[in-house]
Amino acid sequence: MALLEVKDLHARVEEKEILRGLDLKVNAGEVHAIMGPNGSGKSTLSYVLAGKDDYEVTGGSATLDGEDLLVLEPDERAAKGLFLAFQYPIEIPGVASMTFLRTAVNSVRKKRGEEELSTPDFLRLVRERAKELNIKDDMLKRPVNVGFSGGEKKRNEILQMALLEPKMCVLDETDSGLDIDALKIVADGVNRLRAKNRGFLVITHYQRLLDHIVPDVVHVMARGKIVRTGGPELAHELEAKGYAGYENAA
Amino acid sequence: MNAEVKMMRTAAETQYSDALAALPGAEPVRALREKALRLFAEKGLPHRRVEEWKYTDLRVLLREMAPLAGKPDAAALAEAKKCDVLANVGAREITFVNGAFVAGLSNLKGLEKGLTISTLGDALKNDATLPQLLAGLNPGKYDAVFALNTAALNDGVVIDVAAGAQVTKPIHIRHIVTGTKPVSVFGRAVVKVGKKAQATILQSHAGPDAVAYQTNTILQLSVADDAELDVVRVQAEGDKAIHLSMMIGAIGTDSRFKSFALTTGAAVSRHTVPFAYSGRNARALISGATLLRGKQHADMTLEVDHALPGGESRELFKTVLDDESRGVFQGLIVVRPDAQKTDGRMMSAALLLGENAEMDNKPELEIFADDVQCAHGATTGALDDDLLFYLRARGIPKKDAESLLIQSFFGEAIENIENEKIRDAVMKRAGHWLAARG
Repeated sequence: MALLEVKDLHARVEEKEILRGLDLKVNAGEVHAIMGPNGSGKSTLSYVLAGKDDYEVTGGSATLDGEDLLVLEPDERAAKGLFLAFQYPIEIPGVASMTFLRTAVNSVRKKRGEEELSTPDFLRLVRERAKELNIKDDMLKRPVNVGFSGGEKKRNEILQMALLEPKMCVLDETDSGLDIDALKIVADGVNRLRAKNRGFLVITHYQRLLDHIVPDVVHVMARGKIVRTGGPELAHELEAKGYAGYENAA
Repeated sequence: MNAEVKMMRTAAETQYSDALAALPGAEPVRALREKALRLFAEKGLPHRRVEEWKYTDLRVLLREMAPLAGKPDAAALAEAKKCDVLANVGAREITFVNGAFVAGLSNLKGLEKGLTISTLGDALKNDATLPQLLAGLNPGKYDAVFALNTAALNDGVVIDVAAGAQVTKPIHIRHIVTGTKPVSVFGRAVVKVGKKAQATILQSHAGPDAVAYQTNTILQLSVADDAELDVVRVQAEGDKAIHLSMMIGAIGTDSRFKSFALTTGAAVSRHTVPFAYSGRNARALISGATLLRGKQHADMTLEVDHALPGGESRELFKTVLDDESRGVFQGLIVVRPDAQKTDGRMMSAALLLGENAEMDNKPELEIFADDVQCAHGATTGALDDDLLFYLRARGIPKKDAESLLIQSFFGEAIENIENEKIRDAVMKRAGHWLAARG
């Protein structure tokens, strides 16, 4: 059984159909990349999987470990093991980073039937993971993402991913707005999390992220569906030739 | 022909006049009381056509006056003893039960050097200037709450911090109502902070749920030159209560003043803050958080008056409105011709949680000086869906995600409380309000 299985998924936002029959299978232990031109529906796919309001599923299915994702609330999906790293992580003034992280980790642990972490255990865990991502204590003392640079916000997303221990990670344009050093830190963070029981879906417009997070499978998305699937070499081909051939495909 | 329309006296107006005229009271304030009563008889309760009371029509909201509370009996004292509002913050407590000072629930032992705490009756015997102070700071202005409170002047407390005294232990004035029958309760507290002195005052209001009692309390503050005063107030009246209150302040040259007010109680409440800069270069921060649910109505009205140069004022109010509750914020900053270099900034932000909740925001500036910086802002909005989704995508259930965002919203105002123990206690009370959300 595939870890993530999407079948003939249709979805729309405000009457506009964006996903038009998307099929996708990601097995545990695999890293899949989805590439595609702007407006092909890549971000919509990530929001639909995570359960954002305003995205209406009009047909098809999406399951995680065989369980229907689409009937679950966003927080239930997270507890089941789905994680979305946002393209634009949101600033939350007034909510301390540590409070946010602890609430998230313990909410998820509680729903998974695990014991909540004590404050010292939690602090130890956060410090350890934060250090790997070069996130300084000072950042954790600020409100969530407030005053963070683009790179810091993305590293913070990976920190959350590491802490929540998801089964299936969806990374939405994680490379956007990153310089090469930040990109490496983020990619290293993701690579550290690669595991036999975990799948990744890396959504990106550019191939350069895939030099650092090497995928097993590359999909091309255009006009709301997957139009081509291949190995890592497909990413290089797209980088060389562009998306010209795909704009009007499907 | 006289064009002024004389309004019919309401039942409540007649009841107030009769009940308060019959009150026994200290001789030095007799004239004051009689004058206030005459004024009330003439002007009565305000209604919506009186600009300052546009959103809180007392003629409609106060149909009847509840009978005056009697002296608290043993049962009342036992009930009052259980009150835990702002308890355990290391404060010196001064307790009023149903309007009467209760020595047994107050701590007047070992007063710090320079600190004098007296009942109103005792203070009147020793301080000939007190009646003038009690008469109010702006005698030209009529306010029904002030007039009624003055007409009812009986028990109260006068806290005097002598020049140079540093009173670090907070002084907590507690107004507790008890019992199961509606009563009317009045209270007056006067705080005088001398030159270069420093003090922290807490004031709390509490009473039983499901009892339509009525309270009218006034806190009068006078802060001398170079002095510092912090005030934290918690209004946690019972859910059927009508709460009318004022904090009247005047601050001197180079003084510093900070206040915070948490409002969670009462069916109807109105808190008026007439605040005067009576010296130069004085700084004040007046802040508050109001958390309402059900059909609660809470009105916060500020009148900040800069008469002299160099004053700095900051006003920050946060209102959270659940269900069908209604919040009112009226904030007026007056900058008189001599008050050059005044720096005033006022902000009132409301968060609407209930679809039928309502916020009336009325910030106003009246500026008669030309070299000033003044700004005001007022916002009203719902919880941000994108923020909620972000939190929920991290596994935080909807209710908890909302709580985090609501807490961060009002937390910004609570953070202004400097004393950590008091800040934590206020945050905890606000947390109880959140936890009780259905």
